[in-house]
Amino acid sequence: MLRKPGSLSAVAAFVAALAAPAAHAEWGLNMTRGVTQISRDVYSLHMTIFWWCVAIAVFVFGWMVVSLVKFRKSKGAIPDTAMVHSTKAEIIWTVIPVVILVILAVPSARTLIQIDDSSKTQLSIKVTGFQWKWQYDYLDKGVSYFSTLKRDSDAARQMNSGIDVNGVDNYLLDVDNPLVVPVGTKVRVLITAQDVIHAWWVPAFAVKKDAIPGFVNEAWFEVDADKTGTYRGQCTELCGRDHGFMPIVVKAVSKEDFEAWLKAKQDEQKQASLPAPATAG
Amino acid sequence: MGNAHSAHAGHDDHHGAPSSIWARWVTTTNHKDIGTMYLVFAGAMFLIGGLMAMVIRAELFKPGLQFVDPAFFNSMTTVHALAMIFGGMMPAWTGLANWMIPMQVGAPDMALPRLNNFSFWILPFAWLILVATLFMPGGAPAGGWTLYPPLVLQGGDSLPMAIFAVHLMGASSIMGAINVIVTIMNMRAPGMTLLRMPLFCWTWLITAYLLILVMPVLAGAVTMLLTDHFFGTSFFNAAGGGDPVMFQHIFWFFGHPEVYILILPSFGVVSEILPTFSRKPLFGYESMVYATASIGFLSFIVWAHHMFTTGMPLAGELFFMLTTMLIAVPTGVKVFNWSATMWKGSISFEPPMLWAVSFLFMFTIGGFSGLMLAIAPADFQYHDTYFVVAHFHYVLVPGALFAIIGAVYYWLPKWSGHMYNMSLAKWHFWLSTIFVNVLFFPQHFLGLAGMPRRIPDYSTQFADWNMVSSIGAFGFALSQVLFLVLIWKTVKGGAKATDQVWEGARGLEWNLPSPAPYHTWEKAPAEAAIIQASPTGH
Ligand SMILES: [Cu+2]
Repeated sequence: MLRKPGSLSAVAAFVAALAAPAAHAEWGLNMTRGVTQISRDVYSLHMTIFWWCVAIAVFVFGWMVVSLVKFRKSKGAIPDTAMVHSTKAEIIWTVIPVVILVILAVPSARTLIQIDDSSKTQLSIKVTGFQWKWQYDYLDKGVSYFSTLKRDSDAARQMNSGIDVNGVDNYLLDVDNPLVVPVGTKVRVLITAQDVIHAWWVPAFAVKKDAIPGFVNEAWFEVDADKTGTYRGQCTELCGRDHGFMPIVVKAVSKEDFEAWLKAKQDEQKQASLPAPATAG
Repeated sequence: MGNAHSAHAGHDDHHGAPSSIWARWVTTTNHKDIGTMYLVFAGAMFLIGGLMAMVIRAELFKPGLQFVDPAFFNSMTTVHALAMIFGGMMPAWTGLANWMIPMQVGAPDMALPRLNNFSFWILPFAWLILVATLFMPGGAPAGGWTLYPPLVLQGGDSLPMAIFAVHLMGASSIMGAINVIVTIMNMRAPGMTLLRMPLFCWTWLITAYLLILVMPVLAGAVTMLLTDHFFGTSFFNAAGGGDPVMFQHIFWFFGHPEVYILILPSFGVVSEILPTFSRKPLFGYESMVYATASIGFLSFIVWAHHMFTTGMPLAGELFFMLTTMLIAVPTGVKVFNWSATMWKGSISFEPPMLWAVSFLFMFTIGGFSGLMLAIAPADFQYHDTYFVVAHFHYVLVPGALFAIIGAVYYWLPKWSGHMYNMSLAKWHFWLSTIFVNVLFFPQHFLGLAGMPRRIPDYSTQFADWNMVSSIGAFGFALSQVLFLVLIWKTVKGGAKATDQVWEGARGLEWNLPSPAPYHTWEKAPAEAAIIQASPTGH
């Protein structure tokens, strides 16, 4: 279809024209497929339900539209006032939805059970929500640090900052110290909070769990071995003034890179803790 | 109760309304005047809540912070929700109940007229208190209308005032609900059996039971917040052995039935309007009653679907997912019955019908997203994003609010005695319907693309749909000016409405003159008239 260069450039011009009013815009429509088996399962569940809803909508809305067009008084429709009840119809439209619900419930329950299975994790990270930042604690690895909104975003987000937010890379979705995890590894996150309830959400992993002060929630993800990259999310439980400004950034790296990063981080933190023994705790 | 029929009743009760403003509008016990006051109050609160929505949509028009501080933004989302739910929707339904239930069941007034006056007059004071917090140091409540601790406890001086206001509103709602129940149970005209009642009475009866069951639960929850904050208790404080998630359980045990409190009466209204303009009785009247009752029952066992991400045990997640999915069945029965009502009818599109049909389509869209949200694994992605915002606004705006507006268009000629300007009404309808979709439909996309709710600023990738949504919001708000103009003009004057008003309308209210006299059914309607006016005709 697009073989001729002429039509290709026409299409390109059209797309450019569409994109012109907002250069950084994406007109995103749908959920991400994500980069874990679970996120893909969730995506396919989402699409399955969506298409069932579309099918039901076509039927129900179609029925309504036909009624509205066909049985108009202005077209001389005579009401069938005897048509007030039908046990048969009512049984049908009770039973069929039940059957559809069962069809939907089975894969949903299966995915839910898989999500719940946090056995055999290979790495545990404690995630703590603060007003308004995250702390990541690599358990038994001696690595712990805070992750806060990156400074360029933070400067641009101030009221009438005069900074064009479109010029800031990953505006509001970037942090100083991202969480670093290895791909192909079942990572367990233990989620809690220090002050109020937050929620830790990374859409690409289909992980969203509340961070509740005094309680520890558990979640896990395993990034596909070939899906190294940076994945972004946000706090999703209202947590006060700067709720919108505590993003989550996860860098998924190869296992070797992760080991190297961990080693470097351990050394760095050991170094940092040496000269100040009095601040233990 | 025989008082109203007694010859000893106050003399001027039998003639028109009292002439002094004090007796007419302050100390009144007349269900119609109280109904009017409820509706006017609701209108004012819709205006206030709507202005807050405009602040929210203006700030979200483009990325970056332009107008308000994030803390004030949080106050706006919080008070907007409270104003719309407790100040707008619930009083609007109570106002409609006041006006219509006595007229529909053949009763001279509500059963407990003084309580009726009291339950209304609590509201302006409750709202004075809540709105006053906007002007206090520290600002209005900003922890979300869901009032989750510990965040809500950071609220400062506004917290006790908000809690007191919630208590007052709860007391008012409970009194209103008691009045509806007693009126329907004891004041029906002889021959008006329960299954001869219009569905508006039925849905309100079930709503009233929900109110009585859950408003005290909310009162308990906020009281525990109060004692946690001021009296050293630790109901929701983990450090003291409490559990913040317990608040969410209690809140949503109230909160889920609450959303049905907002929507059930609209089922009733739509079940009156569709048969009228299809010129055909409601299809499956009894199954509509049973479906409403089962939705009411189910609403008590689904609450934790608002809390899938709190880390419930697997069994809990499965249970709440399945019960929530089950609600689709009685809701489906309703939608199918409504569709069957129009099928083989003789349909015309007067304004009330337009709103009802619009309700039918868009409430169903809200139902679809509700079914999607029921699926717990998918909810992990949808939860607390704009997808949820889109869902509940579809259910509450083109759902419940459109039904309220449709009800006003349906009964305004009966109340005022005047017919309204049809072309103005159609303009109002079409602009509202178009803009409400421009406003809320893109929010589905925003949520799926990953935009959390309750944020004052967002990443640039969400810019386009936010701008579209904001344009829809401004358009929708401006369209409502037409409604105000139309109501004003209709109350002031206009073509005389007939008693029947709508050709196909059934129900006792249409046997009364238009405008409905100050006192109606002082002499109960005859059983033959009741049977003829009943939804099923027998
Ligand atoms: Cu947070």
